[in-house]
Amino acid sequence: MLSVKNLHASIGGREILQGVELEVHAGEVHAIMGPNGSGKSTLAQVLAGRDIYAVTGEVLYDGKDLLAMKPEERAREGIFLAFQYPVEILGVSNMYFLRSALNAIRKHRGLEELDAVDFLGLVDSKMKLLGMDQNFRERPVNAGFSGGEKKRNEIFQMLMLEPRLAILDETDSGLDIDAMKVVADGVNSLRSPGRAIVVVTHYQRLLNYIVPDFVHVQVNGRIVKSGGKELALELEEKGYVGVEEGFAEEAQSTKGSAVECRM
Amino acid sequence: MPDVITPQEVYLASFQALKKRLAAKEPGWLQRLRQEAIQAFTELGFPTTRHEEWKYTSVTPIAQTPFQTPWEQKDLSWKPETAALEPWRSLSDVCLVFVNGSFCESLSSFQGLPSGVKAGNLASLLPGSPDGFMEHLARYADHRNHPFIALNTALWQDGAYLWLPKGTVLERPVHLLFISTAKDAPLVSHPRSLVLAERESQATIIESYLGVGEGVCFSNAVTEIVAGENTVLDHYQLQLENERSAHIATLQVYQDRNAHFTSGSVSLGGALVRNEVNAVLDAEGSECVLNGLYLAQGRQHMDNRTSMDHARPHCSSRQHYNGILDGHAAGVFNGRIIVRPDAQKTDAIQKNRNLLLSEEATVNTKPQLEIFANDVRCTHGATVGQIDPEALFYLRSRGIAQQDARNLLIYAFAGDILDRIRPAEVRTRVENALNARLASAPT
Ligand SMILES: Nc1ncnc2c1ncn2[C@@H]1O[C@H](COP(=O)(O)OP(=O)(O)OP(=O)(O)O)[C@@H](O)[C@H]1O
Ligand SMILES: [Mg+2]
Repeated sequence: MLSVKNLHASIGGREILQGVELEVHAGEVHAIMGPNGSGKSTLAQVLAGRDIYAVTGEVLYDGKDLLAMKPEERAREGIFLAFQYPVEILGVSNMYFLRSALNAIRKHRGLEELDAVDFLGLVDSKMKLLGMDQNFRERPVNAGFSGGEKKRNEIFQMLMLEPRLAILDETDSGLDIDAMKVVADGVNSLRSPGRAIVVVTHYQRLLNYIVPDFVHVQVNGRIVKSGGKELALELEEKGYVGVEEGFAEEAQSTKGSAVECRM
Repeated sequence: MPDVITPQEVYLASFQALKKRLAAKEPGWLQRLRQEAIQAFTELGFPTTRHEEWKYTSVTPIAQTPFQTPWEQKDLSWKPETAALEPWRSLSDVCLVFVNGSFCESLSSFQGLPSGVKAGNLASLLPGSPDGFMEHLARYADHRNHPFIALNTALWQDGAYLWLPKGTVLERPVHLLFISTAKDAPLVSHPRSLVLAERESQATIIESYLGVGEGVCFSNAVTEIVAGENTVLDHYQLQLENERSAHIATLQVYQDRNAHFTSGSVSLGGALVRNEVNAVLDAEGSECVLNGLYLAQGRQHMDNRTSMDHARPHCSSRQHYNGILDGHAAGVFNGRIIVRPDAQKTDAIQKNRNLLLSEEATVNTKPQLEIFANDVRCTHGATVGQIDPEALFYLRSRGIAQQDARNLLIYAFAGDILDRIRPAEVRTRVENALNARLASAPT
């Protein structure tokens, strides 16, 4: 579904992604972990189409050149990014925003626009699932939301838009355990053989609820190690430094060439 | 060498023609007023950008266009396209329609106006005007020092009047609809309106200026509003003339004790637009709120100028103006707040926010605070910004097309002011007009 090859991204003369390799197939859940500043969010933003970076490399999505697509085209083709820092948009109500988004996506999929009644019905059911208050509907997008409310709102949007590839950037950060379970349930409700999910997180805790098929470690703009869900436990134990050391040995054994992560 | 006719002389000639036409009909005091005003205009002349008050707005295009007055134009057979007018005429059952400054009875309606309320066209009050009403005319707007007010005072043909007796409450807005339309020759009109709200009365007044057709028009409007003690007046001003036209308008408000006046000014049309709103808070407890939105594209020039004169203690004022400028458009905001020595406990706030949508668009924003009292609260703030690229990306990342996302953000910026428009029927129409403007924007 998603094939990232030798992806580089730089900004202001600084290379943040330095040759990322990643393969994601339908039905899989991948976790990306890594120290602060290692470029996880940059990877997520580049995949969603943020255009402030100078990007080279190749990203294929369903065999199509993802990097050539506009952000809205990517969204319509089923990519969804839950932002690490959701943007506050004053003056645009959550509902107006979401309805515009949903209808743009539906139109692209050859579906009719949802009328107000059906739309609000859908909204209600998803909000209930996430335990969100009705007053979210008319509030401006993310404005004045607490950190947790913003994260919940991202998941709410995801459930509404039903993406095929969801990238969740630290959606668990700052959530208490109950809120995290709600978010995890929301994400799990979306899991299906046709969909893939990539979660960026610092915490093994989330991965107890959203159990990944693969775990990757990103350091300095590269994925330096990949493994199964046990890798997250190992990271929890040894920290990134320990894993990095292991990586250095591995890298030597492959004579310093780009590390391939086979899955 | 042939005589060169100066721009001023064109108006002086108009004045002479008007004088002849009206000499028999108008009372002596009005003739003297007109004479005084044309005299003032002759002395003042058209302002240039060397005048501090006109520094950012050049009226050369107005001065150099040989505008005709409607009665000079031979072909006046104007057939109103009622379809285009309908959304505006239907705004309220009480609608006074003026075409190029002349009252159009067949398009006007007075349905549901409570008895005791007097409304109609100002010219019809001459010469037998109701006691005490006409003496308010030209008492507030300064025709001695302002060339365009002077021109209007000398040359006005008609306009609206509204007289709310003590304690009257109007449920429905009173809509004053000024249509300007010209054929080949450019046309000028000087609408003049007067509103007298006696104590404890309450009303909503809408002034809309609509351009029909592609001709070049110049509306030079003056409206005086006298807000008596404890009155509540809401005033909306919608400017939707065509993009070849000029619009200069002064709204002059005089507020008595505890009078609450709110104005909402929306400018969307016109090539050269200057809107002045001047309020004098002349008794304790009065409150004045001025909201404004201007959206300029292409080569439009829009100048909004406010003057908030706190003459007495314990008055408050709020000003919120938002400007959106695209293309090569230019915006100007000049907000003056005067706090007189006597006006202790004044509470005045002024905000002007501007959104620039292109590299070439410009805005000049300037607060002008003249504070002569010491126990006051006066704050002002002006911002000039662009569309937030992160917000734009966020919207696009949800599937919303770039242009739609952009419009959504522009709309949100405008919404800050639109939300302050109270009557839903006014807000809807302004929203529609705004959407049409945004949709027509070249990308
Ligand atoms: N717009 C930008 N301009 C300049 N530098 C940037 C920009 N965006 C990111 N960076 C830099 O790139 C590096 C990687 O940032 P990124 O946010 O991708 O890291 P991260 O792995 O998501 O970190 P965290 O775990 O803290 O979220 C950081 O050093 C950051 O300062
Ligand atoms: Mg991050």
